[in-house]
Amino acid sequence: MNGLSSVFNLLAYLAAAIFVFGFLNKVIQYFNTPSPLKIPTTPAPTTSMGVVLRLIPEVLFFRSLLKGGTTEKILWVGGWFFHMSFLFIGLRHLRYFVYPVETVMIFQEIGIWAGLIFPIALLILIIRRFTNDRLAVISLFQDYFVLVLILAIGLTGLLLKYFLRSNLVDVKAFILGLVTFSPAQMPDSTLFLIHFSLVLVLLVYFPFSKLMHAWGVLVSPARAQVDNPREVRHVNPWA
Amino acid sequence: MADFKTPELTGEIITPKVTPGASKDIKQFPAKPDLMKKLNFPPEKASDWKEKFIEKMGDVLKKYKSVRVFLDSCVRCGACTDKCHYYLGTGDPRNMPVYRQELMRTVYRKYFTPAGKLFGGLADAREITDELLDEWWTYFYQCSQCRRCSVYCPYGIDTAEITMAAREIMDGIGLGSKYNLEIINKAETLGNNLGMTPPALINTWEFVEEEIEEKLEEVGIKDVGVKLPVDVEGAEVLLVTPSADFFAEPHIYSLEGYAKVFHQAGISWTLSTHASEGGNFGMFVGNYHHMKTINKRVWDAARDLKVKRVIAGECGHAWRVLYDFSNTLNGPFDFLDPDYNVPQHICDFTLDLVKKGALKLDKSANDQFTVTYHDSCNVARASRIGNEPGGQFTIPRELIKACCNKFVDMETICEKTYCCGGGGGVLTDEVVEIRVKGAMPRMQEYKKVRDAHGANFFALICAICKAQFTKVFPYYGFEMEEVGGVHQLVSNALVMGAKEGV
Repeated sequence: MNGLSSVFNLLAYLAAAIFVFGFLNKVIQYFNTPSPLKIPTTPAPTTSMGVVLRLIPEVLFFRSLLKGGTTEKILWVGGWFFHMSFLFIGLRHLRYFVYPVETVMIFQEIGIWAGLIFPIALLILIIRRFTNDRLAVISLFQDYFVLVLILAIGLTGLLLKYFLRSNLVDVKAFILGLVTFSPAQMPDSTLFLIHFSLVLVLLVYFPFSKLMHAWGVLVSPARAQVDNPREVRHVNPWA
Repeated sequence: MADFKTPELTGEIITPKVTPGASKDIKQFPAKPDLMKKLNFPPEKASDWKEKFIEKMGDVLKKYKSVRVFLDSCVRCGACTDKCHYYLGTGDPRNMPVYRQELMRTVYRKYFTPAGKLFGGLADAREITDELLDEWWTYFYQCSQCRRCSVYCPYGIDTAEITMAAREIMDGIGLGSKYNLEIINKAETLGNNLGMTPPALINTWEFVEEEIEEKLEEVGIKDVGVKLPVDVEGAEVLLVTPSADFFAEPHIYSLEGYAKVFHQAGISWTLSTHASEGGNFGMFVGNYHHMKTINKRVWDAARDLKVKRVIAGECGHAWRVLYDFSNTLNGPFDFLDPDYNVPQHICDFTLDLVKKGALKLDKSANDQFTVTYHDSCNVARASRIGNEPGGQFTIPRELIKACCNKFVDMETICEKTYCCGGGGGVLTDEVVEIRVKGAMPRMQEYKKVRDAHGANFFALICAICKAQFTKVFPYYGFEMEEVGGVHQLVSNALVMGAKEGV
């Protein structure tokens, strides 16, 4: 194994560790921070099961965005297709992580389509930020940064698939090596190296950024609380 | 008062162009040091205010999951940017909920996140400065905590939580709102927001009794004897209502309505000189302690008077505190009758009586009115009336329809309702410009039903909405008499005498 491979094996573990512990740290922090009062945005469900049923369409279909006007409709299209295609691209990539691959073959076809939709959805998300005067004001450097970062991941991925293919056997060996803690040689492809590095950057960036909305959406008190203040006494732990 | 232009009434709500600084000069008056001290806040900004500010912010972050999760989760998607009535009325980008929150988020990044600590400006993190604090002061008091943005946010991020936290932090460094804190002080010392003493209260309530009697005599009904009982031990019901109901118009007409309903239903009830206020401005400034202290009077009075039930009059934020927070603040309420909701909303109570046939209503008494109903934010988006989700929308409407023949809804209602523009501690005259401009969306929609259906009665169940709309209606060329309470309609329609009992 050459020096570069050693470095990247190490970086991969480091990034994964930062992602996992950073994410868990936030999860624990949210869990440990009390909700002194009942603040569900109403009308709200009166049971815990109802809350689950409220959150499912929020997570899967961004339901609240659909209440809005044209701006949100555009956002919905960009945002929903972005998240869904990201999901299926991820699932397609499972073939590098498992052996044998029969179980994940069902994601291959749809994963290819997702890969093509992905950059279009991202472009919608980027362009809307500077073409709408309200969005232009609120958009920060970090908003563009993360979109461009993910777009770069998508585009390098597409290049690897359609134009500058790396040796798939090498890629698989490398990834499987990481997964099984038996580090292997890095594939001999600069493009793969870039693609892979960008993913590591995303992993490290994730828990320290707005990407934590991935967990926030599930624990947001306005959405995740049960509307039963009269029936069940909610106790404030710090009062 | 500074000159300003009232938005033009066209019947359309058009999202304005972004106009930075459009409402930057609209500010509340700060409270004087002695008032700050009285309420256990630092009297004024000290030289070490920045340290105190950061310390207070850290304290809030530890105590409120909402603030922590909301500050982290916003992706600046922009769904909220055109949802705030103050943005729609002014075009000031700081009135876009996300950009209002950014005032806090930028400080949060600087002092409480690794990214902000490491990368500073590159991570959009800013130090707290006098200039930034000035923006906090301006724009966190240009939010009415109506939660409309939360409805449209994909994560339910509620700017009201951020605004409350911001006001609490500012109070913590000696920078408080004169209007809000004066009211809190009056509520804590005298028991109501108006600062009325028990003798003054009793006087007023006697006057209301006479008014009811006189009005009934005018239509030929004599000696009904509708009473406003005061501090009656052993009464069935304690009624807690905003003190504005005791003297302001049109509030007082709803008070007459409550009294007549109790009388006709034959249910014993009482007002309390100790708990003579439903409102609770402790919520507006995000101060748990003051909210609890003000709320406690209600439950102390209920205990002392040995009532079985507590019913809340027409008030939006009062209902939020009573419905959502009471049980946490001063519960449990095991000394009250468990067969009834604790507390119960007056609309729930009255509609229930109507359904049981205990009240006779003559709809034609309201035939001069075509009624529309404005959902008040704290009722619509922060609480519930009755036992089913959404009862806060159906119950008041059902009650109105039981009292009048002509009802028409406006376009944007229920959970999407626009704020009146005066809630959340903004109902003070030095900021009348933001109040008038913030009322714009609702005014456009009222104009529409006025033109198309002849609507001429704007029915409300919130004391702040009533005060706000009577103030801003004339700016838009409407008569302030068009503003009224739901129980005002009940009062008009209720057939007195000929008791049928419950």
